[in-house]
This record gives sequence, C-alpha cells and structure tokens, in this order.
Amino acid sequence: MSSSCKPDGAEADQMRLECEAPLLEVRGLVKRFGALVVTDQVSLSVRPGELHALIGPNGAGKSCLIGQISGELRPDEGEVHFRGQRVDDLAVPERARRGLARAYQVPRLFGSLTPAANAAVAEISRVRSGFRFWRRAATDPALAAAARIALDRVGLGRALAPDPADTGAVRPASLLAHGDKRLLELAMGFASDPALLLLDEPLAGLGPADSAAMVALLRSLKGRYGILLVEHDVEAVFALADRISVLVGGRVIASGPAAQIRTDPRVRAAYLGESE
Amino acid sequence: MQPESNLASRRLAIALGLLLAIALVVPLLGQPYYTRLVARMAIFGIAALSLDLLVGYAGLVSFGHAAFFGIGVYCAGLLPMLGVQQVWVIVPVAMLVAGLYGALSGLISLRASGLYFIFITLAFAEIVFYIAQGLRMLGGDDGFRLPAPTLLPGGASLANPVVLAYTMLGALVLAVWFARRLSESHFGQVVVAARDNETRLRAMGLSAYPYRLVLYTIASALCALAGVGFANLVEYASPASMSWIVSGEFLFMVILGSAATIIGPVLGAVVFVGLEQILSALTEHWLFWLGIILVLRVLLLRQGLYGLLTGRGQR
Ligand SMILES: Nc1ncnc2c1ncn2[C@@H]1O[C@H](COP(=O)(O)OP(=O)(O)OP(=O)(O)O)[C@@H](O)[C@H]1O
Ligand SMILES: [Mg+2]
Repeated sequence: MSSSCKPDGAEADQMRLECEAPLLEVRGLVKRFGALVVTDQVSLSVRPGELHALIGPNGAGKSCLIGQISGELRPDEGEVHFRGQRVDDLAVPERARRGLARAYQVPRLFGSLTPAANAAVAEISRVRSGFRFWRRAATDPALAAAARIALDRVGLGRALAPDPADTGAVRPASLLAHGDKRLLELAMGFASDPALLLLDEPLAGLGPADSAAMVALLRSLKGRYGILLVEHDVEAVFALADRISVLVGGRVIASGPAAQIRTDPRVRAAYLGESE
Repeated sequence: MQPESNLASRRLAIALGLLLAIALVVPLLGQPYYTRLVARMAIFGIAALSLDLLVGYAGLVSFGHAAFFGIGVYCAGLLPMLGVQQVWVIVPVAMLVAGLYGALSGLISLRASGLYFIFITLAFAEIVFYIAQGLRMLGGDDGFRLPAPTLLPGGASLANPVVLAYTMLGALVLAVWFARRLSESHFGQVVVAARDNETRLRAMGLSAYPYRLVLYTIASALCALAGVGFANLVEYASPASMSWIVSGEFLFMVILGSAATIIGPVLGAVVFVGLEQILSALTEHWLFWLGIILVLRVLLLRQGLYGLLTGRGQR
C-alpha cells in the first residue's frame, strides 16, 4: 500500500487504517513439507482494528499460515512481526501473552470443565494465578466475574445455567452444541486481552441461526481488535472484511479491498469460479 | 469434573463416613491381623491417591510411582541406623528425597508424552530399584530388617499396629483433604486444562510443563509418606517395595476406584488390599482373579467403585 497519508474525503477511514503501523506483518514466509510447498513467499499485514480476510480453496495452506503466525508451525523462511517486534523465535504461549489469540478450525476446549471454568482458566492465565495452590477456583469471585463477562460478551451467558435434565449440574464444555463451542472458544480468546485474533473458519459447521449470530459478533468486534479471518463463506467475507487476500497453492495471488477482489479476474478463475 | 448432585454427594458422604467409622473401630477389637489390614489399606490409599493426582488430574500415566514409595521405605529403614527415629524427621526427609527425585526425573520424563512417558517413568523407577538392589551392606536383593521403628512425639511406636493404624488413617484423611484442595485450586484447574487440551492452554499463554513438574514433585513426595508407613507395617525394607509390579498395583487401584476423584483410588486401594487377602488365602492364582475383577470393572462400572457409591455407576 503506497497511498499518501491525507485523511480527506470519503475514504478517510480507509486512509487512517493504511497509515497506522501494522499490528501483524508477515514477510516472505515459506513452509515446506518435503516437496510440498504449503506456504510460498507469503507477505501480508493486519493493521490495528482491521479485519483482514484470507480466502482460498481447500488445501490452499490457510491453516498452515495461521499456525506459523501463532507459533505452532515453524516456517522455513521469512519473518513474523507482531506489534513491531520479531516473534519468530517465540513459542506459542509467549506469543499469546503478547496479545495473539487463536480460534481453531475445530474448536479446542477443556472438555471436562464447565464453560465458566473454561473461561476461568483464561482468566487464570491472564492474571498469572496458576501457581496459587490453595485458592479454590470454583468459588473465587474474581474468576467467576471474569468468566461471566467473557461468556456474556459472546452471548453465551445461558451456558452458565444448570441443565435441569442432568440433576442440576452445569454441562461440561464437551457436551455443548457445536455453535456454542465456537462461541466459547472465542470468549476464551478475548479473556486474555488480545490485540489480534486469528480466526480459522469460525462459521464452519454452523447452522443458519448460529451463523448469523457469529457474523453479528464478528461485526461487533471489528475495529476493536485486529482480526485475521480465514473463511470459506464468501458472502460473510465480503460483508465483513476491510481487506481480502486470496491464497491459492500456498501463494497470495491477490490482495486488496473487497470490491477489488470481487472483480479480480484471476481470483474469479482460481477460486470464486471454482466454488460456485 | 462434573459437579456431583446433592443426592449423590450425600450418598457418598454417608458411605465414606461409615467406612471411616469401621476403620476407626477395628483397631479397638484387639485383633492384630485386622488392625494391620486397616493400616495396610490406609497406606495404599495414600499411595493410590498420590498417583491419581498424576493419572487422573494431569492425564500422566506413570508406571514408576513405586520408586517414590520405595524411597519412603528406605528412608524409614536407613534413618534409624543413624539414630534418627522421630517421625518429624523421617517423614520430611523421605518426602524431600522423593520430591527431589521426582523433580529431577520429571524434568526429563515430562518432556515426553503418552507411551514414551510410561516407559521413561518405568526406567527411572528401575534405576532406583537397581541401586537398592546393589546396596550389598543393606542386604542387596533381600533387603534388611528395620533396625528400629519410627516413633511419634511422646514415644508411641509405629511398630504397635494400633498406633500405626490410627497414624496412617490420620495421614490418609489429611492427604485426601490436601489432594482435593489442590485439585480444586487455580493450580489444579490449569493441570486439568492441560490434560483436556494442551494446545488450547498454550494458545492462551500457558505452558503445561512447569505445572506438571510441580504436580509430579508433589505426588512423588506424597507417595513417600505411604512408603514410611509401609516400612513400619512390614518392619522391613527391600527393593521389592519399589518394583514395577508395585507400580502396576498402584495403577490397578486408581483404575478400580475411578481416576480423577481422589476418593475413588482410596476405595480402589481398600478393595485391592481386601481382595488380595481374601483371594490369596483361597487360591495361589489370586492375581488371575484380580485381573478378571479389573476387566469386569472396566466393562460394567463407568465410574469405578466411586460411581457405585455416588449411584452414577452403571454403564
Ligand atoms: N503436518 C503436515 N504434513 C504434511 N502436509 C501437511 C501438513 N499439514 C498440512 N499439510 C498439507 O498442507 C496443505 C495445506 O493445508 P492447510 O490445512 O493449511 O489447508 P487449508 O487452506 O487450511 O485447507 P481447508 O480449507 O481445508 O482448511 C494441504 O495440502 C495439507 O495436506
Ligand atoms: Mg484449514
């Protein structure tokens, strides 16, 4: 992006976004599995408050790219900068503590714990109280309050209520409906005060109602967090994204504002045409 | 864990109260055999619950937990040779040595997971086993008679079965309370979270390793307490007390009773010790029958003996 920094006219917001230093910057990332190149010279950035969507066909390397940003996968070449610092050599927990939160393509939760306890663990991580050996977690008012806030933020307050069918016990997270699992995972992400959310297909497997709720939630998050959103639901992506990058065969073949991507002939040929 | 409903926890409390009452009355009957049986159950109850911290709460299946039991046994046997008999010295020293070995071996074994973790814990236990076996002046493979029993403050001796039974029952109650409290703490929640989904925990900014290491150290130290009791029960210290077979028996107790419940493995120990006495009197193939019982438990009882008591047992 080489536009000048004059915030005037209708595109003032866009300009402001472009002028701020990026929250996340990925440069020349390469990842190979044997002969297979799953990430091929990928460079992209997410600015503070920006929702940058990453689309591409199955097997394009989207999840692998997210994994290299979060630290689960080690790239063979290239750099990852977060908040102005190189984070390539940092392990996953360290990157998370610096403000990277991740939701997985298949939700990952603490299955035997209740939704509130799941959120409580996020709070324990945030305030670093994991080495308190005597304070009961279940009756700690500070944890309960934080968990309630986290769950309310994603509209999951109802998961706190006991299930009358199950002798008054609160259901463990493993028994939640799929859509609620996704919401809970997001709630746990926010609890750590992140700056950037890495969301891998948050709409996958959701029914129409859950899907609409999730889109509304993502819209409400826009502007407050930097978001890198991987998503197959093209309608949702065009409705939400400030910027879209298209990944095919590990390469970014196009990147720009939604309107531009929608009409890009290479994109239509490589991806949109295929999926329609 | 799923919180128990009121009814289930009341059933459990009544059952446990009854069991404890029986255990407290038996030593008063003046039958040394039964008094020693109670002591034995309490000793193995402590060992089993310490292993449950690892197996149940952390999902760390250790096959070398008897090493820490054996360290307790040897401390109780060796310290009297130096003229030390006070329980207030022997127990802390035993727990310290076991905790230290737990921390050092845990540093390495906790880098591994799954099957590798099982093998490495087994290997570390075998190291202690062979060291004990190689100590010629301590009887090598045969071990040695305890030169003197452990003494309580005031001079009561753990060689007296009644004293031993009450002491170990008290220790068991304390251990149950401590372990439950630990498992419910902030620390305990992180340990369970790491068991459920380590990837998620890391993505939230916590690495499981230091938490597991601390837990492993605590569980090791706790098991040495049981070892001190065992040395006084059999008045003997030998490498057999830390063989892999004993590690296997501890695992048996945990699974029989239901992991991640603390109380369950204690019940597992009680039933295991009871069955061992009954079956070994009836047949020399008692291990075979124990095996059958474990298979039945896995097939029929979803939550082990613990589930039987809370009434959520059946499959
Ligand atoms: N650990 C691995 N070893 C070898 N190949 C892998 C590994 N992980 C992923 N791949 C391959 O890398 C390619 C990209 O995978 P990735 O999961 O990133 O795709 P994706 O774009 O997220 O696809 P989807 O839309 O289906 O989630 C795939 O061909 C996959 O088979
Ligand atoms: Mg994917």
